Amino acid sequence: MKILVPVKRVVDANAHVRVKADGSGVDLSGVKMSINPFDEIAVEEATRLKEKGSAAEIVCVSIGPAEAAEVLRSAFAIGADRGQLVIGEGDLEPLAVAKILKAVIEKENPQLVILGKQAIDYDNDQTGQMLAGLLGWPQATFASNVTIEGDQVQVTREVDGGHQTVRLRLPAIITCDLRLNTPRFAALPSIMKAKKKPIEQKSVDSYGVDLKPRLQVLKLAEPPRRKAGIKVKSVTELLDKLRNEAGVI
Amino acid sequence: MSPNELPAREAMEFDVIIVGAGPAGLSAAIRLKQVAPECSVVIVEKGSEVGAHILSGAVIDPIGLDRLLPDWRNDSSHPLRQAVKTDRFYWLTKRRAVRLPNWFMPPLMSNHGNFVASLGDVCRWLATKAESLGVELYPGFAATEVLYGSRGEVRGVATGDMGVGKDGQPKPGFTRGIELRGKYTLFAEGARGSLTKAVIAKYALQQDRDPPKFGIGLKEVWQVPPEQHRAGLIQHTFGWPLDNHTGGGSFLYHWGDNLVSVGFVVHLNYHNPWISPFEELQRFKTHPLVRSTLAGGKRISYGARAITEGGWQSVPKLTFPGGALIGCAGGFVNVPRIKGSHNAMLSGILAAEKVAEALAASRANDELEAYEASWRTSDIGRDLRKVRNVKPLWSRFGTIIGVGLGGLDMWTNTLGFSLFGTLSHGKPDNQTLEPASKFKPIAYPKPDGKLTFDRLSSVFLSGTNHEADQPVHLHVADLESEKRIEHDVFAGPSNRYCPAGVYEWVGEGADLKLVINAQNCVHCKTCDIKDPAGNITWTAPQGGGGPNYTQM
Repeated sequence: MKILVPVKRVVDANAHVRVKADGSGVDLSGVKMSINPFDEIAVEEATRLKEKGSAAEIVCVSIGPAEAAEVLRSAFAIGADRGQLVIGEGDLEPLAVAKILKAVIEKENPQLVILGKQAIDYDNDQTGQMLAGLLGWPQATFASNVTIEGDQVQVTREVDGGHQTVRLRLPAIITCDLRLNTPRFAALPSIMKAKKKPIEQKSVDSYGVDLKPRLQVLKLAEPPRRKAGIKVKSVTELLDKLRNEAGVI
Repeated sequence: MSPNELPAREAMEFDVIIVGAGPAGLSAAIRLKQVAPECSVVIVEKGSEVGAHILSGAVIDPIGLDRLLPDWRNDSSHPLRQAVKTDRFYWLTKRRAVRLPNWFMPPLMSNHGNFVASLGDVCRWLATKAESLGVELYPGFAATEVLYGSRGEVRGVATGDMGVGKDGQPKPGFTRGIELRGKYTLFAEGARGSLTKAVIAKYALQQDRDPPKFGIGLKEVWQVPPEQHRAGLIQHTFGWPLDNHTGGGSFLYHWGDNLVSVGFVVHLNYHNPWISPFEELQRFKTHPLVRSTLAGGKRISYGARAITEGGWQSVPKLTFPGGALIGCAGGFVNVPRIKGSHNAMLSGILAAEKVAEALAASRANDELEAYEASWRTSDIGRDLRKVRNVKPLWSRFGTIIGVGLGGLDMWTNTLGFSLFGTLSHGKPDNQTLEPASKFKPIAYPKPDGKLTFDRLSSVFLSGTNHEADQPVHLHVADLESEKRIEHDVFAGPSNRYCPAGVYEWVGEGADLKLVINAQNCVHCKTCDIKDPAGNITWTAPQGGGGPNYTQM
């Protein structure tokens, strides 16, 4: 079985970003970029399935600038076998990404696609669902456990108030949640070998899909600074403030 | 699990191993591949990416870069975008700033032809050059152990294990470190590197030299309103807020997109244990000269790093069987010029050339004597020799007289002689504190949250992150003597010299204990240098941890 894992290059989870002075976007100059942490979990899960013998090959695809090759290398260091880099500048919306992925999938014919549930830059949580819709495949989102059973996959989903276990017929789409696994530390020899794995490059335009943005960003602003708190002297004073100043009770 | 129960480490062979991807390590790697393209070179770097742990002013003298990449000015991606335009020097009192005329300064102090930049960005750019030449560069891996051969020679380094819990036991996902073995190992860890310290001790490299001397540099990057920005203006001060017996001073550089790098250096041979270098920087920013530049701006970055200040007299023997110290692992900062990255690069280049000669002669794991024999007569030695008495004079005579004498000595050295010969630095920095009872605690002003800040909000801006569940990487050898000396005699100066709020004495009487918030550590190494009880050893935490500096 072949597994396809889309991986996105995003701002590193530990980096601090600032909104540009004119509010037109986020200032990314000199900021560390990394593989989206949810995508890293997806690559780890695919690798574990391969190590268990449930999968034969892991193909990763990244859509973004030429530097996105770095996140493919990160995926290789965990266990992916080869990569596709679809080069395009600027931010693509989830629908455009899903359309490109659909074209890649139709050529690669994977039986399973594992994605991160969302990317930590825009937190859209849409690409996996849209991809399932475009392909007409079954989907299990927010996975916390994945087991392959013949031509089916059993997935435990994290839902409000508990867990839901579903069984899907392959081919299928899975988006993974934080608790699915903890990605391994890529060992130095694995990182060295990752440099030698093949990456096939294409341009976003070569897919002939409509990439036009549907959304217009009007303005970006940082959240307002939290005001300093005050100490109240008594419960009565607290209640008074909640009732008369905050107006919450 | 004890170390001998762990699985064996995998080993890999290279010609040259370099510890640390700073200006020295990257320059050495690039020079090696330039003169010996077939040799294999690997660099390990503990920061999460190249530049993540680099902090410098920085006004950069391009002498090193000119030698390494003579054509760099024609490279459209180079990061030295801001030439120094205006160079100002001030003596500060609490309210006033007295400008010293530029003609008063010895010519070596001139910054004409230098650049204001982020040294982290310079390193990121050098890393792309190194990788395109075939250097194997691995950020996120900390070298934690020196490997020795049977003749006592250095054979390489080992990277730390990943995935070890607080209790020292392997966690799920545990990954054993790797042995990197090679013909020569270059230590480019910067000031007070943990492996460098071990190597200096093992081979007694400091013998017959002055003790190493250090300062702590703290820095913030601000984005200021355009009308307050003067691209290419650089400004240095000494005097206030430090007293006459405490060496140090400030820098303030305008560059980039309305950016101002502002920082403060305190010499770590200070006497008064109540001094807080962090609060000196905060207080310094309230001076009218500085406030007028920063007011209305936004602080975007913070960090701190120990720097070497011993120079000519303190540089240890740089070579030992199988390796060498380069950059500030050796200690090449020029104190009055407040810069060292040029010498770091030059030392990397010089050592690389000697390594290449040795490899060409089929030598391995022996001593690179030619490097030790040549640096004092090279540009590095010429740069440091002229200024060798500035810091000792400052330490002996205080700021007002000492800096004056230092200036005179730089003038006479420019003419080829010195009235003082070569002065000694005296005691190591951890022996200069006097008991807390001799001083009144210093009442630093409270942070206003606009111009001045507290430690924790500052550490937040350094992007510091460590895996929480790992062993504490700051080792206190003897907690009892730490309490008796560091706390009881000196009133816990770690709480004040640490720029990241790592050390706290909490409780009283029998419940008194030292809390170490190791996850805040910005890897400045000051505790390893200044602890009056000499108990603290800084070791490298799990690779990738520590600050994530941008534009630093």
